[in-house]
Amino acid sequence: MKRYLPFIIIGGVLAVALGAGFTLYRSAKKPVTASETLADATPTPSLPPAGGPRVTPVSQTGTPAADNAHVRGPANAKITMEEYGDYQCPSCGVLFHELKKLEQEYGAQMRFVFRHFPLQGHKYALAAAHAAEAASQQGRFWEMHDLIYTNQANWANSSDARPIFIEYARNLGLDVDRFTRDLDDPAVTARVQADYQRGVAAHVEGTPTLFLNGRQLRPEAYTPEGLRMALDFMLGKKSQ
Amino acid sequence: MSRPKKSKTPQTKAASKTAAKATPAEIAAEGSASTILFAAAALLALVGLGDSIYLTVEKLAGVLPQCSYGGCEEVLNGPYSTIGPVPVSALGVLAYFAAFSLATLAAFGKRKLGDLLFYLVALMLAVSIFLFILQAYVIGHFCQFCLISAAMTVLLALIVAAERFYFRRRQ
Repeated sequence: MKRYLPFIIIGGVLAVALGAGFTLYRSAKKPVTASETLADATPTPSLPPAGGPRVTPVSQTGTPAADNAHVRGPANAKITMEEYGDYQCPSCGVLFHELKKLEQEYGAQMRFVFRHFPLQGHKYALAAAHAAEAASQQGRFWEMHDLIYTNQANWANSSDARPIFIEYARNLGLDVDRFTRDLDDPAVTARVQADYQRGVAAHVEGTPTLFLNGRQLRPEAYTPEGLRMALDFMLGKKSQ
Repeated sequence: MSRPKKSKTPQTKAASKTAAKATPAEIAAEGSASTILFAAAALLALVGLGDSIYLTVEKLAGVLPQCSYGGCEEVLNGPYSTIGPVPVSALGVLAYFAAFSLATLAAFGKRKLGDLLFYLVALMLAVSIFLFILQAYVIGHFCQFCLISAAMTVLLALIVAAERFYFRRRQ
């Protein structure tokens, strides 16, 4: 028996490792049911949801200065998806493309809100948020937002991102002198800070953090399937 | 781990040159120390195995890790996190499982497999150092789970080296 003991131990460890790996994979892949994708956390200080059958009461706490949110989509959409994002966060970059698909897929049923939550660990995240806000001063927030995320790998790995953002402004046909001035404008800084503080008040701890009609979505649901499941649930398409 | 005491028998200078071999009692003591060290190596490999399984599963499941203040996601989502379609952490799973198996068998008396373990751990250490440098100078962020794995490899290397060069040198 002792002769086989090491092989029994090794076999046992292999079985446990495979079992644990499989269990972890399953729980990571299908983490929650539709209703469970929504965390029990305090609702975010969000835009008032436009309506629909499953409107969640929305807290009105947070920084009012950030209420002038960047919104894309119809005002009467049933779902308001709100993202606290950091332009340099790789996960946000991946999510950007997923959200684009969802916006097309769900069309008028959903509107999208973006709020800045630049993290200190990311060298150019704050500069990128300023660039988006500086473009917003000329009415081109979403165009700059899309450009920044689409080209994330380019500027994030550069030695100086600022000239790249100025180049984006030029490509968008913005007044480049004004854009360059606005990058350091206190109003732009205050706007980004207001979003950030609002996120802190809503218990945002990392990026991306998503809220659906004011309710925080669990990070485990940040997969294409998880997001669709949550959206369908909010639309009442599927039961729990 | 204390070094076994040497024999107190007086030896001439010439005799001591030729008498590098230990007494049977010393050999027994050193053999026992080797067993303990291999068992410890097996336990460390288990910790590394669990760590790499977690990293591999997270990567394969495709769940987007939230960016926070640590920068782990920079490493795990970065271009250096995979070799082709294979996550680097999956290679860690294989390496740690192999290290665990070899250490277990060596602890149960298959001492020659201890040599194989030594070379495997040396390779793992080289890879860990490379990945550490990559995190420090290229990616610019550290992933705590990767650091745990690197720490396990360093400890494994110390134990395996101690067993090979200190406790087994005279057997």
